[in-house]
Amino acid sequence: MSVAVTVSELVVRYDRVVALDRIDLELASGMALGIVGPNGSGKSTLLKTIAGLVVPSAGTVEVFGVAPRTLAPGSIAYVPQVEAVDWSFPASVADVVAMGRYPRLRPLARFSKADRAAVDNAIESLHLGDLRNRHISQLSGGQQQRAFVARAIAQEPKLLLLDEPTTGVDARTEESLREIVRGLVASGLPVLMTTHDLDRASEWFDRLAVVDRRVLAEGDPETVLNSGAYAGIREHAHVHGHARS
Amino acid sequence: MDFLLAPFQYEYMQRAFVAALVVGTLCSTIGTYVVLRKLSFIGDGIAHASFAGIVVAYLRGIDYYAGAIVVAVLTALGIGFVNRRGKVSLDTAIGVLFTGAFALGVFLMSRAPRYNVDLSSFLFGNILGVSRGDLVLILGLAAVVTVSLAFLYRALLYTSFDPVVAEASGINAAFVDYALLVLLALTIIISLEAVGIVLVAALLVTPAATAFQVTRRFTTMLWLSATIGAVCAVVGLYASYYLQAASGATIVLLATIAFFIAMAIGRSRRRSASGSR
Repeated sequence: MSVAVTVSELVVRYDRVVALDRIDLELASGMALGIVGPNGSGKSTLLKTIAGLVVPSAGTVEVFGVAPRTLAPGSIAYVPQVEAVDWSFPASVADVVAMGRYPRLRPLARFSKADRAAVDNAIESLHLGDLRNRHISQLSGGQQQRAFVARAIAQEPKLLLLDEPTTGVDARTEESLREIVRGLVASGLPVLMTTHDLDRASEWFDRLAVVDRRVLAEGDPETVLNSGAYAGIREHAHVHGHARS
Repeated sequence: MDFLLAPFQYEYMQRAFVAALVVGTLCSTIGTYVVLRKLSFIGDGIAHASFAGIVVAYLRGIDYYAGAIVVAVLTALGIGFVNRRGKVSLDTAIGVLFTGAFALGVFLMSRAPRYNVDLSSFLFGNILGVSRGDLVLILGLAAVVTVSLAFLYRALLYTSFDPVVAEASGINAAFVDYALLVLLALTIIISLEAVGIVLVAALLVTPAATAFQVTRRFTTMLWLSATIGAVCAVVGLYASYYLQAASGATIVLLATIAFFIAMAIGRSRRRSASGSR
């Protein structure tokens, strides 16, 4: 199985704060890797660095053997945890999903049948058919999240990065997201996703990593969860929370 | 018919109408991105900064446009650079750079041995003074900006809506930002003679803001804004001809009236939409 993502000795510093400290991770094609860790553990930073949005202070990130920014446009799809967009922007659900096709389209190129099919497909698979012409400001939180996942899927990326896509969505949405992601993984797509939801970790992921600035444990989800590595930092975070308040 | 054709008996009026139509359309087209990216301040900024270029050109005896273009493009790139590297918001970057450049213009002018040249046409515009050469330059630069906007259409739209995700997906957001700033600088320069430094910001913002009141589709907003800009420019010029008023001010006043009408339409529509649910 080919390697999709290789993170080695990755260090990311914001000013003087070390967000990530010598991270080593590997993700193979056709695998879903879950990242769990407390708030402020650097999970989102890790995803952003792999997406090429954050430049490593030291170490390397390679996606399909090269630096993320040098990949062909459309290779990486990233769904941030909180979409910081202007909800009054003149765009419908279909408009937003169509943006997923933009990176791979040449300037002035027309929206092809294949592009339209990819958009329709993504809208259908996230059950957004009834909402496709609705303005984005008229969606619920879960519907907004689904629209942004649909955009990522319409992109037909080679690597999918999801930052806590299940936070704040209902059980039904969580289940349909899981089915979609598992389907994409089965078709060979590598997926990296952060989550807070440990209960379903073994249904979502092939491998699980516990990250708190460093990789504390990594392996089969069951084994990692039973190892107590996550429980340890939870306790730790709890104590810290108390100390601060 | 005579009423409509009367102004065209003068060649300078023909040139003025062409210039107004081009400038009105171009400003309001690129203005769609200005409004959606909340850059309303930028028109003012680059236009004032270009004043320094005009003064330098005057003192050196070179073409005003050449001086204005160089300074406007440099200011645009500087605004982009300070925003990306200086950890300040774009608004602040614009505020710092344009006041600096404007001050430089005033400083240089105050030290000039004599400044009896009429710079007021750059402050308030003088569309009736557009020469044949000016018109060629306006049409040429307008063509460059229009073609560039067409090439960058999807990248501009995606980065205006969601710059972070657009960048992750492989769109060079920094390049798109700088390109938009440079295209804005060129648009502002060719608008200076038509409406002047003080009013160019209105042409960049008002038609797009007007369109935004009545539509929720991006493409509709773009076409509507361009149409409103074009209509206001041409009708405004007619009105100024018959009212014997300043053309730039008349054009902008017309656009402002259109904005308030659109706002009323938008409000009543939203009210009836929420009432029917």
